[in-house]
Amino acid sequence: MTPTTTRGWDEFMEGIWRQNPVFVMVLGMCPTLAVTVSAENALSMGISTALVLIASCGLVSMMRDITPKEVRIAVYIVIIATFVTVVDYAIQAISLALYDALGAFIQLIVVNCIILGRAEAHAAKNPPLPAMINAAGMGAGFTIGLLALGVVREILGAGTLFGVSLFGAGFQPWVIMVLPPGGFFVLGSWLLLFAAVERRKQRKLAEQGEVGQNV
Amino acid sequence: MSADAPPTPAVQTTPTVAMIRTLGLVSAICGLIIVGAYQSTFDAVAANKRIATERAVFKVIPAAKSIAEFVALPTGGVQKVGAGDTAAGAVKFFAAYDEKGQLAGIAAEGAARGYADTVRIMFGYSPDCQCIVGLGVVSMRETPGIGDKILTDKEFLANFVKLDARLNADLSALAHEVKTVKHGTKTNPWQIDAIAGATITSRAVGKAINDAAQVLLPKVVPQLETLKAKS
Repeated sequence: MTPTTTRGWDEFMEGIWRQNPVFVMVLGMCPTLAVTVSAENALSMGISTALVLIASCGLVSMMRDITPKEVRIAVYIVIIATFVTVVDYAIQAISLALYDALGAFIQLIVVNCIILGRAEAHAAKNPPLPAMINAAGMGAGFTIGLLALGVVREILGAGTLFGVSLFGAGFQPWVIMVLPPGGFFVLGSWLLLFAAVERRKQRKLAEQGEVGQNV
Repeated sequence: MSADAPPTPAVQTTPTVAMIRTLGLVSAICGLIIVGAYQSTFDAVAANKRIATERAVFKVIPAAKSIAEFVALPTGGVQKVGAGDTAAGAVKFFAAYDEKGQLAGIAAEGAARGYADTVRIMFGYSPDCQCIVGLGVVSMRETPGIGDKILTDKEFLANFVKLDARLNADLSALAHEVKTVKHGTKTNPWQIDAIAGATITSRAVGKAINDAAQVLLPKVVPQLETLKAKS
């Protein structure tokens, strides 16, 4: 592997694991909690956000040398809003049912802090390609986060996965899972799991360090 | 401001022209992108909307195979959408035709406040039996598993197989108000038996149908011949 591909891969994995927007940074919670009632909604919301993220980070990065810092936020917002509008039209063209299910949360991608945060913290300081790779990683991380919530909530709350019934007619859905409190509950459980895994890893590292010292 | 505040340094380092240039450039690029996206998705979006409307109408009028969009004018009379200007206060409805081109029924939307938000429904009216023959939901935010049973509860949907919506003798209003009654107390064909535990949503459905039918049917029923002819 050449050093450049390794860097690109690291850049991509950054958003998926080490800085996962949902589980590590806990950003963009509004769509995370609101649209994850089903796996399908979660996946489409994640992909929409990822597309906006990649496209706007690319453009922000291309414009970075001619963007005076006084007007940078205005420039970012206009760019982000543009790509949100494009995605909005695209979803309407693909499926109106999906458009109705996601509702106002498509338009609200404009104010998703992950995107503005990426534009400001990364895209504005890096060339287009790394910026877009980083954005793709963040987008994928966000999609995975939404999907993790959506899958659990749909299975427990409706007994289906991507609309396919899993348990047959006898299943009594756990309705609270598709209501707002269920979103918090599932998100909390995932955060707990992530924190526990992280902690175990840290402890293992510390133990290995001790062993190394003894030898 | 206090007198000993430090003097504000001159912060203007970027020339105004540069800012205006960048903002102008960004706006131009973004404008082009948006117009491009709008133009390229326009046909697909319009087709999707038409299919969605057709599906909604077909659901409430089982025999329907094609639809035409009409408005009922406030002065009486009906007009095909797209033919001339639409007067203010006109009510939109759909005429549905079966495969032989015969008028199969009329579909219209109604709305009433439900438990969480406005429940928007579509109902089908059959001129043959002068009754409501189908119910569909256009949009709602009712509690999953409770209020949204209006879509799935078989007992509830049985209300809309033949719900009496006859007009009174001078065709000015419904002969009997469509009304939702408590679960298990339905006695007349114009009453809707509510879902136990989802009374508020059931009532919203009844009110939405009644409000829409009271306005629309007195205008449309005298014009049924025109609708039949226009197929």
